[in-house]
Amino acid sequence: MSPGPLSLVPELQRLIGAAHVRTALAERHTYATDSLPTHRRTPALVALPGTRDELIAVVRLLARHGVPFVPRGAGTGLSGGALAGHDAVLVVLTRLSRILRLDAANRLAVVEPGVVNVKLSAAARPHGLHYAPDPSSQTACTIGGNVAENAGGPHCLKYGVTSQHILALEVVLPDGGVVELGSPGGEPWGPDLVGVFVGSEGCFGIATRITVRLVPLPRAIHTLLADFDALRTAGEAVSAIIASGVVPAALEMMDRPCIQAVEDSVYAAGYPRDAAAVLLVELDGNAEAAVAAEADAVARMLRERGARSVRATAVPAERERLWQGRKKAFGALGRLSRDLVVQDAVVPRSALPAVLETIARIAETHGLVVSNVFHAGDGNLHPNISFDARDRAMAERVERASAEIMAACIAAGGTITGEHGVGLDKLRYMPLVFGGDSLGAMRGVRRVFDPAERANPGKVVPVHACREWAGVA
Amino acid sequence: MGRRGVSIAERVRALLGREAVVDAGPDAAGGPRVAPESPDGVALLLGTAHEEGWRVRVEGAGTWLPGDTPADLTLATRRLDRVPAIHPQDLVATAEAGIGLDALRQRLADRGVWLALDPPGLPGRTLGSVVATATAGPLRGGFGPVRDHLLGMTFVTGDGRLVQAGGQVMKNVAGYDLTRLVTGSFGAFGVIVLVHLRLRVLPRADSTHVLEGARSDLMQIAEEIRAAGGQTAALELVSPALARRADWVLGVRLVGSAAAVETEETALRAAAGGRFAPLRADQAQAFWRHAAEGNAARAVTFRVGGLPDATDELQDLLQHQVGDERVSASPGVGAIRWNGECSADRLLRLRRTLAALEAPLTVERAPWELRHAVGHFGAYREGAGPLVSGLRGTFDPGHRIVTAIDTGAG
Repeated sequence: MSPGPLSLVPELQRLIGAAHVRTALAERHTYATDSLPTHRRTPALVALPGTRDELIAVVRLLARHGVPFVPRGAGTGLSGGALAGHDAVLVVLTRLSRILRLDAANRLAVVEPGVVNVKLSAAARPHGLHYAPDPSSQTACTIGGNVAENAGGPHCLKYGVTSQHILALEVVLPDGGVVELGSPGGEPWGPDLVGVFVGSEGCFGIATRITVRLVPLPRAIHTLLADFDALRTAGEAVSAIIASGVVPAALEMMDRPCIQAVEDSVYAAGYPRDAAAVLLVELDGNAEAAVAAEADAVARMLRERGARSVRATAVPAERERLWQGRKKAFGALGRLSRDLVVQDAVVPRSALPAVLETIARIAETHGLVVSNVFHAGDGNLHPNISFDARDRAMAERVERASAEIMAACIAAGGTITGEHGVGLDKLRYMPLVFGGDSLGAMRGVRRVFDPAERANPGKVVPVHACREWAGVA
Repeated sequence: MGRRGVSIAERVRALLGREAVVDAGPDAAGGPRVAPESPDGVALLLGTAHEEGWRVRVEGAGTWLPGDTPADLTLATRRLDRVPAIHPQDLVATAEAGIGLDALRQRLADRGVWLALDPPGLPGRTLGSVVATATAGPLRGGFGPVRDHLLGMTFVTGDGRLVQAGGQVMKNVAGYDLTRLVTGSFGAFGVIVLVHLRLRVLPRADSTHVLEGARSDLMQIAEEIRAAGGQTAALELVSPALARRADWVLGVRLVGSAAAVETEETALRAAAGGRFAPLRADQAQAFWRHAAEGNAARAVTFRVGGLPDATDELQDLLQHQVGDERVSASPGVGAIRWNGECSADRLLRLRRTLAALEAPLTVERAPWELRHAVGHFGAYREGAGPLVSGLRGTFDPGHRIVTAIDTGAG
């Protein structure tokens, strides 16, 4: 029987210092949500270890006493995944923020989990390198959080998501054991345990050291902005670009509500306010002539597919301005209403036009404002629902609309999350995608890493939906 | 064994139909060869094997791993050779695991799409074999390892459960990534029956350029190309025997749009003072095919994954300890593949030396006796062994699928 987290306060204070163990309600409330406003849990206490050894000591203490814990980075997640309840300790990793090694010759870096995504790229820049996955929250989110969620971002279209950039991990398992997974060259020492750890949402332990792959900065970059009269036409242009064989670095779409929110904000990027949709297409490479030729070809395709206008630039300041609107779109949307649900789903790219129309119908049916800003090139949708959580009836409509959007994406051959994770928010949809045996298999894997299921309990796999599995109680 | 084999064959015929037993045996492994025609058939067979205690050897086209793994029956995936879906507009396809890669490649090309994998071995190797062993070829330099080409899969566990992992879309974080766990696990967690693939548009231009010379000189040129930011699809250093040439060969493959390939060709000419020789399409095809087939010409094939800047040092080590007659290396990604004859003792010694350099050695193919002695992976690092055996126990609780992943502790 667990003694309860609060009984561990003196020992935790001894391990990591009293200032780094937060017990006051006001302090704990700070950690009651992530960036998704629909879930709220206040942790029993919050521990902020400052070194790898402190982190391991904390996990071992919790293991000895059988206390559940939830790892958390910057709390920018969008699935309620990094929330701990009254019976669990929230282990916050933001103080573990050192870049331990940067090996330019081998294009890799070794970092602690609390390193902020954009700071890693900044450190790599003088070497002509960068860390490619770039979630919208990259100025705040941490590499540890990116690993836990297998985070994406606009430029993952060409460069791949987090799992393609993690070479090796040092992990403290929930029982306190420390294990090294993967090798600096990326070849596993056996079955691909790095691969299964990335995206495990804190249920398999905590990465204490992360070896990431860095990629060369492109020498030539061209950015195009195209605007359209109809969402469907923009969606069809996306399909045409993908099917042509050109692989843009990024291919992003925003609809009218989103364009207007951006243009009304300090992040105004000069998007045409009357457009039904804009596409932001980025092409990069090492040779200016080849990238320029590709940009011309894409501009032609966009015009042929119904773009009203296409603006192209290779000037860094102009490119930055165009991107600012996209990167800060969620912030701009946040000004429109008290609360915002940022949804996440993926559909086959050719299904985008039809699914976008279905989402618009769902929004209309429920009397909600849904704006779309998303990674069109990957088919990764982010329908954002503006609402006021204090209005219970409205909040229920948001829940129903979210469920219908998920069902529509699954029916189109897609899935319920492309980069935000399951966390708490998508638990109920997991049985719509996976059968009992598949969910049981996932739970079986989790129990190999964490037999007592103390690490981030109650997330990712809905236990009630699992078919009985060998070794699973 | 013979009587037991016949009895298993009869049981299987009753379960799956007479045509499922393609060879009543006993074969080299010691039992009948069974080829279920559907994923459900595989599940039924493995479920029964689990109940009955039959040990199962898994086989694709039978061209990669030798068929001498001791087992009560061989499960052949050869009748799982359908391609249920190709979606060129989405650049995805779904194929059953028993289809030969050459046949799949042709089906995809007919629809204008391409799977950027060029694994070692014969062209008819099955998709399932390539995924289960994670054997990527020279294209790994430009397009990543095998796992980067997979969106999801269905596999059957050792106790006969059908598990879906991942999906058919480009990004997917719904649940734990079992696709990556199963990829390259040499059958430890089940039999892959269906794979969802990430494709590319068939390249408009595809050219290969070769440069012959001393290994160290070519390594230097490879490093210069890499440092210059060359966007090569493959940058492969191939030993004379594999290249069928008098000297070492640096092979460079460029694919993409005509404009992009032309740009890279110009850069390539600058990199080596115009010494690279372009190959005609048929010559290029032969060059890469010889290298791939040569990687499986002798009994033992292994791969080593090190840091890119250690490639030369690792090759020296291989040359010193086991020879370097049949070697190919991707210096840009630090991957080396070796083929030849080698004893268990030498292999274990080499693996220990490489481990100290943080470079795992994975035995990709070898006679069972050697595989069993050294294991595909060898001893696991501290703390990882219990995880692997726990996972093995979860997915194949009776250890019915015979594979050398639990061995080689030396």
